[in-house]
Amino acid sequence: MTTTVQTAVGTAEAMVLNMGPQHPSTHGVLRVLLELNGETVVKARSEIGYLHTGIEKSCEALTYSQAITLTDRIDYLAPLSNNLGYCLAVEKLLGIEVPKRAQYIRVLLTELTRIASHLVWLGTHAMDLGAVSVMLYCFREREQILKILEMLSGQRMMTSYFRIGGLALQPPPGWLDPVERFTDMLPSRIDDYEELLTHNRIWELRTRGIGVLTAKDAIALGVSGPMLRASGVAYDVRKFFPYSSYEEFEFEVPTRTESDCYARYLVRVAEMRESLKIVRQAMPLIAPDGPIKADVPGIIPPPREEMKTEMEALIYHFKIFTEGFAPPPGEVYQRIESPRGELGFFVVSDGSAKPCRVKVRAPSFVNLQALPQLAEGSLVADLIACIGTTDIVLGEVDR
Amino acid sequence: MTDSATPEQNPIVQRLRAWDSDAVTQVIEFRSELTLVVAGANLRRIAEYLQNEPGLEFNFLSDISVVDRLPAVPRFEMNYHLLSIPNRQTLRIRVWVAGPDPVVDSVTAIYPTANWHEREIFDLFGVRFEGHPELRRILLPDDWEGYPLRKDYPVEGFR
Repeated sequence: MTTTVQTAVGTAEAMVLNMGPQHPSTHGVLRVLLELNGETVVKARSEIGYLHTGIEKSCEALTYSQAITLTDRIDYLAPLSNNLGYCLAVEKLLGIEVPKRAQYIRVLLTELTRIASHLVWLGTHAMDLGAVSVMLYCFREREQILKILEMLSGQRMMTSYFRIGGLALQPPPGWLDPVERFTDMLPSRIDDYEELLTHNRIWELRTRGIGVLTAKDAIALGVSGPMLRASGVAYDVRKFFPYSSYEEFEFEVPTRTESDCYARYLVRVAEMRESLKIVRQAMPLIAPDGPIKADVPGIIPPPREEMKTEMEALIYHFKIFTEGFAPPPGEVYQRIESPRGELGFFVVSDGSAKPCRVKVRAPSFVNLQALPQLAEGSLVADLIACIGTTDIVLGEVDR
Repeated sequence: MTDSATPEQNPIVQRLRAWDSDAVTQVIEFRSELTLVVAGANLRRIAEYLQNEPGLEFNFLSDISVVDRLPAVPRFEMNYHLLSIPNRQTLRIRVWVAGPDPVVDSVTAIYPTANWHEREIFDLFGVRFEGHPELRRILLPDDWEGYPLRKDYPVEGFR
């Protein structure tokens, strides 16, 4: 299935090259089959599935609460976004409302997660293109966010901190201090990254006009998130279909019209600043104490103190953790804005304690489909920039 | 999503009914999400109408999800999650497909994003898509036997 290409000395067969699955710039185990004419990409075909672990099938064998731990592992750079999407879906299925305090904490933490994810993206993408120092700075700042998550949940990455009906634990006293220190520190750090990259001539040459994806193509291909917004379409789920009280926060949706790798870089950097704005607005809204879980007996586990003093609470506790709970038959599709785009959870209940179907609409999976559009006709070196700015997480692509 | 009193009064449903009285066979509303059940033979025609009709403009196909309803007949429930970016509206189109060799029309010509979604469904559920340009396995190895997300496929142990 090779293509014939026109070379300087006549026609020839295109060279087929296997890039990946073990390649540092594919961010995991993506394999791209390339047909090359010299250094020009004639055809690029993504082969995926190397990380397929059957998460959707596994969810069907677990109770609704147990499945949360699997959602962490879908997009391992933004576990809390996955937790949030899944929990919101099940909460919608059950028809329960989460206390405001828990909603604000969820917003704050998912925005910190977005910053952490964008930092990893910026660091690795810059390293792919040869700017190694940026990676070291970005990972230094990301570590601060992971420390905050560890303080709240005991885990740096696979936190499972959001639970159906609220949060797993009360945040420890004084937890907002490191958050505040982080929000004070980060703007100047983002300035540093921009100093290194935004007007860097090499950076501009490597990204400007590379991997152009028009708005029309982006919509047709289902591309979402920063990639779509860099093509000039201001679709952000947080604005379109607000969830978890996002309608109470003021923030901009950064868009660009250049539709190239450079525009995607600018959009993501601007998004980090917007996320910081949301975090700053959320901090004063979070009361020092108050409920973190909805009060729905039989579905949400009762507080520990009650469990030890009241018989009903003990029975509920026992039943929830042995049998689970059964939402009414029906199905919901809950979309949220993950760092990579529209993350959708389609959860179907058949009236039993285990989900009949959990389908994850993974933004990376859909965005990766646009790779031929971005890379065909460009150089192999530019393909690296295209894969980088698509911001794929293979765990999410393959699930 | 809608505020109308009954799902039948939803403007999208009324538009579709006015266009073709047989287009929608059932209207379901659950947790303020609107689901329209349509016949498989009409799927492409309805998708085209929803995509292009001014005022509807469902230009973004978010997702295609299948539910294996074993032992129900027909067995497979296809859900198309549509989004209209200009109108900020969402809609679910549902098509029932009978097993054991389920076939449904591909919508790749209308929504190019459906390409990988349909390949994934073919891979995991064994639903074939008529008119798909490149229908082959996407996540599993090419020589894999069986369709793991079907309900009669065990979660663990030997097949």
